[in-house]
Amino acid sequence: MSKRLNVVIALLIVASVVLAACGGGSSNAGGALKIVSSLPMTGSSLTQTQTIVNAMQLRLEQAGGKVCGGKYTVTYEPWDDASAALGKWDPAVETENANKAAADKSIVAYLGTFNSGAAKLSIPILNAAGPLVMISPANTNPGLTKADKDLPGVTDSYYPTGTRSYTRVVAADDIQGKVAANFVKSLGATTVYILDDQELYGKGVADVFEATAKEIGLTVLGHEGIDPKAADYKALMTKISTSNSGAAPDAIYVGMVVDNNASQLLKDKVAIMGDNSTVKYVGPDGIQTQAFIDGAGADVAEGAYASVAGVPLSELPASGQQFVKDYTAKFGELTEPYAVYGYETMNIALKAIEDVCAAGGDPSDRAAVNKAVFAIKNFDGALGTWSFDANGDTSLTDMTFYQVKGGKYESVGTFK
Amino acid sequence: METTKKKFSLKRIGTVGLVIYIVFLIGPIAGLDFPAIFAAIKANPLQLVQFLIIGISNGAIIAIIALGYTMVYGIVELINFAHGDVYMIGVFTSLTVLSLTGTLDSKDPGTIILGLILALIIAVAVCAALNATIERLAYKPLRNAPRLAPLISAIGMSFIIENIGLMWAAQAWLVPSFGTTGGASQKVFPDLLGTLFASLGLDVNLLASSGLALRFTIKDLLVIILASSLMIGLRLFVQHTRLGKAMRATAQNRDAAKMLGIDIDWVITATFLIGGGLAGAAGLMAGLYNNTAWWFMGFRAGLQSFTAAVLGGIGNITGAMLGGFLIGLLASFSDGYLNARWTNAWVFAILVLILLFRPTGLLGEQTGQKV
Repeated sequence: MSKRLNVVIALLIVASVVLAACGGGSSNAGGALKIVSSLPMTGSSLTQTQTIVNAMQLRLEQAGGKVCGGKYTVTYEPWDDASAALGKWDPAVETENANKAAADKSIVAYLGTFNSGAAKLSIPILNAAGPLVMISPANTNPGLTKADKDLPGVTDSYYPTGTRSYTRVVAADDIQGKVAANFVKSLGATTVYILDDQELYGKGVADVFEATAKEIGLTVLGHEGIDPKAADYKALMTKISTSNSGAAPDAIYVGMVVDNNASQLLKDKVAIMGDNSTVKYVGPDGIQTQAFIDGAGADVAEGAYASVAGVPLSELPASGQQFVKDYTAKFGELTEPYAVYGYETMNIALKAIEDVCAAGGDPSDRAAVNKAVFAIKNFDGALGTWSFDANGDTSLTDMTFYQVKGGKYESVGTFK
Repeated sequence: METTKKKFSLKRIGTVGLVIYIVFLIGPIAGLDFPAIFAAIKANPLQLVQFLIIGISNGAIIAIIALGYTMVYGIVELINFAHGDVYMIGVFTSLTVLSLTGTLDSKDPGTIILGLILALIIAVAVCAALNATIERLAYKPLRNAPRLAPLISAIGMSFIIENIGLMWAAQAWLVPSFGTTGGASQKVFPDLLGTLFASLGLDVNLLASSGLALRFTIKDLLVIILASSLMIGLRLFVQHTRLGKAMRATAQNRDAAKMLGIDIDWVITATFLIGGGLAGAAGLMAGLYNNTAWWFMGFRAGLQSFTAAVLGGIGNITGAMLGGFLIGLLASFSDGYLNARWTNAWVFAILVLILLFRPTGLLGEQTGQKV
């Protein structure tokens, strides 16, 4: 009896899976276009990525889900490139997402990724598929778009077709790391210890920081990678507390994202070396999220600094202000810095599709959309008026520093 | 006779060669710079003691979790991969109990002590029940299946519990300090022991009055006491109680034990209950020690404790303890004197070396003879 029941249940499950698969397959009819995003939505980054997805959704809704005078409908799907097994972005899932996007001909733009390491995997796959244009709201590793003087030719190998197909709306870490080093010096620090999470993004920005710090006369006492899953970092922090010939350094710079145990690292730093006014604690945009403060506790995080490309929300141009207003009305208070970049990526994707139509082209032609994205100049968007260069990098290079005050990040100034 | 001796010495030469290779070739890349290490120790000899303290305290938490692994393996020869995640549930259970009883914001020593005792009891009970439930659902039906089947279902249970933790951490109505950033981010486990000591007018650092630049906090002392007493208690229990004897009999020969009238199902359930209870206690302790609750924390803790259990000799209670302390110390010294980037590589390289010389672990495997 129960065996028969099991068989019936199993058949039902199989049937529903098959039906679901059929439902997804018939979307490429007539004038239907699809835009997808690939962002980590399992893990601490969700705090940020959810606001990015909301913002993308909002922009598409404002366009009414239609482009080219209503001839084409556009749908948007937020894809997750993280897995519960890793608790952060997963190379296998990102590769799968890229292959899935390459195979679905109705997809004309791939908004992502969040992590530079993930972008490195999907750029070559999508470049060979059309190319299908990528617009990232958050990748900051310089090597994705610019040739590295130490590793010539690596960047070109990401683009097997020879045509560039990857763009981003944030300034890269060759700017972020440099500005951060200058910022640490401006805080009055002369000695600094550098830590990173051993990922492409975290180590990349920490390396730029180290090079600049040495150039401008800061003493770098050490640069180490941390185990991002360790239970605690008390031994490491004990070592750092005497690294400045018996004393603690003036500042610690951490190149990492919040998923990689960033809150625990700060907790142990404060336990061993005291609050963040004596030994300054500075990080990149990867820790500029409320999740970082919540994880460490407001009193522990008090005084820590983090930088983000662009200007604070309150200094955005009129269209950016309108976005913040619309976002707040729909989803509640906006504290995360990357939502506006997510909004801008959708902005760019829709603009490129419109441009293709205006020129009499076919917006379902991926190559045409890619070309239109790179052709965007002096775009009047939510971030201001800006252009893409030939590498796909933005012309905006402002960097804003935030400090934790009373459990929230507050802007302390914009630097170049 | 001659050939076996020759074979043995060849193996030995190979192993020694491997050691030389690791120390002298990989060593310099991974920060193994002897003059610099000696200089660092000479410049600040007290710091060596500090790393020792940190290593032992971290090792103690690993050891408590490893006890649960080794217990279960000793009886049913199954690696309970969900064990680390049961420990994570222990952290969340105690945090929730402390929040619901209003202990989190309290400054009153009596309230804090009562709250902690209550949290310990409930965390132990919940984790014991959870572990026994996992056994009933995922392992018992597969008891006579090939050995790999329960291993896979253990990994599956591990993912299920991780996702329960992910959902739990989003319930700000249970614990207001979870905040609004969702379940994925790390959560604060308030430093109640620090508050307790401060309210009693004592310094958290027990060595503060000695004038030495050393930190040995009440937290370090507590984890070490808890780990040692649990290990001794467990040993006594297995050696001297009726249920303990039944456990050893079941471990030796399940069928023969059954013929002697031992209720095998109950014995195995009891093993999982005790293992889960240990994970619950470790959860509360780790929360108080590292002040973090994170849905993902069970994975690494599980991996490390499993390694500790294997290192000490799986199935061996004292061995699990020894393995835990050894891993804690290795990690602490590597972080302190080598480059932190290579800590995991060093820990596991040394473990591999130890297992090359003693494949059954430091104190020997004890499955089939003893728990």
